[in-house]
Formats: sequence, structure tokens, C-alpha cells
Amino acid sequence: MNTGIPIQYFLILATIMFFTGVYGFLTRRNLITILMSVELILNSVNINFLAFNRYLYPNKLEGMFFSLFVIAVAAAEVAVAIAIIINIYRRFTTINVEDVNEMKF
Amino acid sequence: MINFSYTIWILLLPFLMFLLLGLAGHKYFPKLSGLIGTGGLAVITVLSYITAFKYFFTSEKVEGAYQKITAFNITWLQLTDKLHIDLGVLLDPISVMMLVMITTVSLMVHIYSLGYMKGEKGFERFFAFLSLFSFSMLGLVLATNIFQMYIFWELVGVSSFLLIGFYYQKPSAVRASKKAFIVTRFADLGFLIGILILSFNTRTFDFITLTDPAGAAIAQGGGIAFMGLSVMTWSMIFVFMGGVGKSAMFPFHIWLPDAMEGPTPVSALIHAATMVVAGVYLVARMFPIYAFSAPAALDVVAYVGAFSSLFAAVIACTQTDIKRVLAYSTMSQIGYMMLALGVSGYGGHAGLGYMASMFHLFTHAMFKALLFLGAGAIIHAVHTNYMTEMGGLRKYLPITHMTFLIACLTIAGIPPLSGFFSKDEILAAAFHNNKLLFAVEYAVAGLTAFYMFRLYFSIFWGKDTHYHHTPHEAPATMTIPLIVLAIGSVFTGLIPFNELVTSDGKVFETELELIVAIPSVLIGLLGIGIAFVMYRKESEIPDKLAATFKYGYKWAYNKFYMDELYLFVTNKIIFRYISEPVAWFDRHIVDGTMNAIASVTQNVSFRIRGFQSGQLQKYAFVFVTGAIMLAILFIYLWK
Amino acid sequence: MASNQIMFILFAAMIIVFSVLTVTSRKILRAAVYLLFVLVSTSGLYFMLNYQFLAAVQLTLYAGGIVVLIIFSILLTSHISQKFESSGWKKNVFSAIAAITGAILSIITILDYKFSATTEAAKEVDMRLIGKSLLSVDYDGYVLPFEVISVLLLATMVAAIVIAKKSGPAKTQSPTLNQE
Repeated sequence: MNTGIPIQYFLILATIMFFTGVYGFLTRRNLITILMSVELILNSVNINFLAFNRYLYPNKLEGMFFSLFVIAVAAAEVAVAIAIIINIYRRFTTINVEDVNEMKF
Repeated sequence: MINFSYTIWILLLPFLMFLLLGLAGHKYFPKLSGLIGTGGLAVITVLSYITAFKYFFTSEKVEGAYQKITAFNITWLQLTDKLHIDLGVLLDPISVMMLVMITTVSLMVHIYSLGYMKGEKGFERFFAFLSLFSFSMLGLVLATNIFQMYIFWELVGVSSFLLIGFYYQKPSAVRASKKAFIVTRFADLGFLIGILILSFNTRTFDFITLTDPAGAAIAQGGGIAFMGLSVMTWSMIFVFMGGVGKSAMFPFHIWLPDAMEGPTPVSALIHAATMVVAGVYLVARMFPIYAFSAPAALDVVAYVGAFSSLFAAVIACTQTDIKRVLAYSTMSQIGYMMLALGVSGYGGHAGLGYMASMFHLFTHAMFKALLFLGAGAIIHAVHTNYMTEMGGLRKYLPITHMTFLIACLTIAGIPPLSGFFSKDEILAAAFHNNKLLFAVEYAVAGLTAFYMFRLYFSIFWGKDTHYHHTPHEAPATMTIPLIVLAIGSVFTGLIPFNELVTSDGKVFETELELIVAIPSVLIGLLGIGIAFVMYRKESEIPDKLAATFKYGYKWAYNKFYMDELYLFVTNKIIFRYISEPVAWFDRHIVDGTMNAIASVTQNVSFRIRGFQSGQLQKYAFVFVTGAIMLAILFIYLWK
Repeated sequence: MASNQIMFILFAAMIIVFSVLTVTSRKILRAAVYLLFVLVSTSGLYFMLNYQFLAAVQLTLYAGGIVVLIIFSILLTSHISQKFESSGWKKNVFSAIAAITGAILSIITILDYKFSATTEAAKEVDMRLIGKSLLSVDYDGYVLPFEVISVLLLATMVAAIVIAKKSGPAKTQSPTLNQE
């Protein structure tokens, strides 16, 4: 059913998504949008896993399960990250990442 | 063979007491610690007397000579197969004699201190230090080898330091304690060098091996010469240097007068009776080596002793601080002992000087401790150290007066008190060996009588001084030791030292040599007479005399400017030409290197710390670009 | 052009466009919504790859859970209409250069690599199989990672509560905040 779509398409799509996420991570200042960029990165990785699984080892399920666990870990990560962000907000009354720079020289 | 192994407790008990009083005394029984210390020492005294009795009267003699007995021994450091440092207990006539003397005086001083130090701050600390001192001193005399002796020698120095500086809030006491420690420590350097040379040559530390007249150590003696003297002689001179420091002989005597800053019982115990005679004991301990291998060193001993005794006696005539007079008197008397050793030979009647020295050491301990304790009682009563502020005290302090008089008569050598016998033996020994030294000592005997009675008359007779409050006799804890020591001073002269403590352990015959004894008594009486005329009542003779011999008096009064000379040498020569360059090198080169390293590190880190900006995204950027660059490197460039 | 190609292009275009919008939008709530679109499109891709279960998980967990969580936290910490002042152009340019370089590098590598086509028959992924595999201790079982994830989620729950819990009087302003 996937005939006509080479695996490279998926990979290139994932790459673009990944580096968009990286760009966002490097430029956004709001901690929550940084978190969103991280979600993008994780998603692109999932796409990669599934594409590899489907095209190269269709009789196995490693890629799928790995994606499943990545999603679970991502959910956990978001929960903790948001708790931290809220704590930071309480302490600094801002979630601008450039203002949260206590751990410097 | 009698079992003497219990004698180790003579060493261990005071140490345990030191630990007990030092660690727990302050917190749990500050008031009781004096009694505990005194009680412990009483036990040790009893043990010592038992040991002395058993050693002298029941142990077997070989060929009529007392044997050296190693009562206890453990190997502490095994340096090589043959060379090892032991810790143990050695019993021979002099160590047993010292044991009795030290414990007796120490016990008296302990009892005396119960009254004297009552209510002082640091009461328990004082007794802890006294216990430490007793431990060190007993360890010193009981040492089986020269290295153990050296260890305890230093311990004695430390406890002396602690006790002189007992009033550590008084700057002069602190200065005095430092001075005593540094001067004796400097002299001990010589001792250590001497030990090293000696043990290098003889391959042993052990006293029994070292001092066996027929042994290898003495037989191989002589050996290589260096600057005209054999190596053995040099080593013995160096060893003697340690003795000079500890016994306050010229030129290392400067610490002793200052050491009087300590509490008076300490002066009595350490700086009159026990520690300062350690040097004499050291020479006596090594005597066979001196006598057989290093006669030149023995001459050094004799001349240093004679000079010191004269030097100190002259100074003592001019001092007004009663404790300082006694300090110089101590130095003078120790000079006597040194001289006696120096003119002595080994064995039989030739060993008269050796016996006389030990005899005088014993009697001197009694009467000098008595004098110091008496001085303590006087100071206790009138709160001053200066005899110019005293006078007419015989009415107020009857017991102190009587005991002090006995002690003065003893030191002046009036028969039949003990000082007469021991001093007479010394003079006899000097008379037979060296007429010059005899003449010096003869003069010193007169001077001694003079300055002691100057002291006596100034304090107890002289002008009637008005005191702020009436002086009163010291409590019983202080007078009882005075009485006991006075009895000791009177009767110890009757102990037959020629049968007990001799150079080779054998008995020899002595008789009173009238040719020496009568003139010495006469000059003693002459000294007393002059003092009587000058100081019995207030008179102008002393001032006139002082004015007549203006310069001589001034020199003697200022102790011949020895302190100033030392200060000059240390400040102007050693500090300026040695210490300052060394300090400069240390400050600029050694410290400079370290500082340079530190400042370079600091500068570099100051410059690069901007990387640690705390900006999360900068870190991420560096990470991402770094990862990309590594990818490029590994994929395209690293083929 | 086959229908699945059209579908792929559609999803891919949506993913790329909304990804870029997510990281560039100056309104934070909009960014969150764009992220939602990205995630939904991704789940569409999963459907295309025949992983229906994962697609469903993606929809419920990501789109339904995480995005909601993010929106909540946005509401807690920011004003909805708040616009970000754009960050410095230097930062943007350098980040873009780094991202594009990385992307090009990856794409070149992907295109260079010859993926060997497989001839194996595809395994049908149904719910029964997934459930059995998750709880199986056999060679193909995933019970260990499953348990580890369970513990992780529990720990996360505790940690999130502990961290977010108010402890003591909150500091209104950090003393070092305005030193720059």
C-alpha cells in the first residue's frame, strides 16, 4: 500500500521536522515554546522509527514499540517539565529562558 | 635474681595520671586533681623506695660491684639487624639514686603545690603537667639506651616549657618559656648530633654495651681523628652540649634565670632539683666513655663546670630577685657537679669525683628544693620577689625561717650538714687532680656562703619593713614539705655514697681530708661573716662597695651582658645575614611561584568564564553546532 | 499519481508548514495550536504506515493530552494575546544556519545511502499482537521496558506533584535577576 513512496521521503520529512525543532529550541525564548520544539524533535524521531520498521523490517515490531515508549517518555517529560516551568514562574515571575540564568559564573 | 619488672609502673603511673588529669581533670574533678596527682606520686615514691632498697641491699653483686639490670625492655624501632631503639627500664646505682631523689622532691613539691597553687586558675592543668614532667624525668633516668634518653630528654624540655609558661597570659612568662625551650632545644641539636656520631661509630644505642669498660664500644674508641680530636671525643663533646643546655651551663645558661617566671614549685622541682641536673646525669651515665675514650671531652666538662660555677656565683652576689639568686646558685652548684665529673677517673679511689658529683647532686636536690620552696613561702607571704622590699621576716615566718637557715648553712658547707660532705668530696677530688680548678671552686665556696647569707639576712633580718598586711606563715601543706626537706638536707650527708654509687659499682674507702675540709669550712664561715656584717643590719657597706667596684658591679648586676650578647648575635647577625635572605627567598621565590600559578589560573578563568553565561540556548547552540561539525568531520573529512 | 502519494504530500506539507509556524509564531497560543496540527498530521502518517494503534495513541496522548497540558501551562504563565518580541536577528540567523546545515548534511547522507529493499512479508499489527508482545517474556516480548515505563510514569507523577507544590513563601524576585 506504500508503493510509490520511497523510504527517503519519510526520512527527509523527519529531518526537516527535526531541524525545525532544533531551530525552535535555539531561538524561542519562552520555556513552553522550547518544550514544544522538543516535542517536534521527538515526533520526527518517531516517524523515523516507524519508517525504518515498515520498510526494512516489516516482520518485526521493534520500531513500533520503540515509538510507543518514546511517546510514553515524552508524556512523562512534559509533565515534569511543566511542573518545573511553573515553579520557575513562581520564583522568577517569568518563563523567559534568558532571564533564568542563575547558574552562571 | 630479683624481679624488677614492676618498675615499669614507676613510668606508667605518672603517664596515666597525666592523661587522666589532662583529659578529664578540668571537667570532672578540678578540685580533686591535686589530691589525685599527689596520691599517685606517693605510690610511685613508695615503689621507688622499695626498688632502691631491693637494689642496694638485696640484689646480688658480682665481684663486689652493683650490676646494671635491665628490668624491662621492648624493641620499639628495628632500624637494622643490630641497630634498634628499645624502650625499657635500666636499673643501676645512679638511676636508682636519681629515682629516689626525683620521687622524693617531686612528692614534696606536689604536696607543697596543694597549698601554693590553691585556688589558682588551671589548678588541674598544673598537676597534669607535673605528672607529665615526672613521667618524662623518670623515663630519662631509667632509659636503657641513649635514644630513649633523648626522647624523654625532649619530653622533659616540653614539660618544662609548659610549666614555665603556666601563666600563659603573662607576657614575660610566655617569653621565658619560649626562651627556655629554644635555648635548650638548640643545645639538644648538639646532643642529637653526638648520638648520631656515637651510634654510627659504635653501632649501638644501648647503655650497657656502650659503657662496658671492657666492651667493644670503648675499645675501638679513638678511631679516626678530626681537627686533632678523635671522633669519639667529638661525639662526646656534642653529647655534652645537650647537657650544657639542659643544665644551664655557660654559655647556654641564659634561660634558667628567666625560667623563674614559672610557679615557684616548678622552679623548685624542675629548675633546681631534677631537670637541670639531667646534664650531670647524662655525663655520669656516659662516664666510662668519657673516661676511657674521650679524656679531652672530660676536660671540657671540667672547665665548663668550673667557669659556670664561678660566673654564676659572681652574678648571684648582685641580684636582688630572690628566685634569680637561687637560680644562679643552682647554676653554680651544677657547675660543681660537672667539675667533679670532669676531674674524676674511673674505678676505685680515682672515681672519687664521680661519686662526689652524684653525692652532691643528691644533697643539692634536697637543699635547693628546700630553698626554692622556702622562697615560695616567702613570696606567698609578702607578694614580692625582691629582697630589697623584704626584711625582718623571721618574726612572721618562724618555720620558713628555720628551714631556710638550715638550707643556707647546708649550701654554705657547714658541718655536719649534708652540703659539707658532698662539697668536701668535690673539693677533695679537684684538689687531687687539678689545683687551678680547686682554687676556683674554693673561691666559689666562699662566694656561695656569702650570697646565700646575703639573701638570708636581707630577707629575715635587715631593716624592719612595713608590709601592707602582716605576712603570715604558710599553711601546713606548704610547711610540711619544708620540714621534710630540711630533715633531708641535714641527714642525707650521712648516706654512704662511696659504698652505693660509684663509678664502677664497687665500694671504695674515703676519709675526711682535713687539708681540704678545714679551709673550706673556714672560707664558708668567712663568707657568712662578711654577709653578717653587711646585711645583718641596714648598713651602707654594700652600697659603698658597689660604688667602689662600679664597673665590676654593673657588669655582674647585668649578668655580664650575656642576654644582650645573645640578642646581638641573633638579631644583628643571624637574623640579618641568614634569616632575612632566607625569608626573602621564601617570600619572593617560593611564594612567588605559587602566587604566579594562582594568579595565572585566576586570570585565565576570569577571561573564559563568559562561556558559563547561564544562557541555556547558548549551550544548546554550541552543542548542536559541535555535533554537526563532528558529523562533517567523521563523514567527509575523516576518510 | 497514486492516492497515497497525494496523501503523503498533503501530510508532509502540513507537517513542514505547521512545524515552521510552531517555531516562528509570535503568539504562544497559536504556536500550541500549530503544534497540535503537526501532531495530528503525524498521526496521519502513522495511519499511512499502517500503524493504527500508534496513530491512535498519538492522537489521544499527544494531541489530546500533551497539547492540553501545554495550553494549560500557557494559560497559567502567560497572557493569551501576549506577543513575543522577536529574539535578536543574530541569534536567529546563526541558529538557522546551524539548522539548515544540519538538515542538508542529513539529507545528503540519506540520499547517498542505498537502502536494501526487503522481501519479507509484512506482519499484520493488530491489537491482540501488541498486547501479547507487551506482556510477553519471550524473545519478542517487551515486558521489561513496559514495566520500566510504568515505574517511570509513577515516578513522574510523584515528581511533578512534588516540584509544582508550593513550598514556603515564594520569592517574588530573584536578587540576581536584574543585574545584567
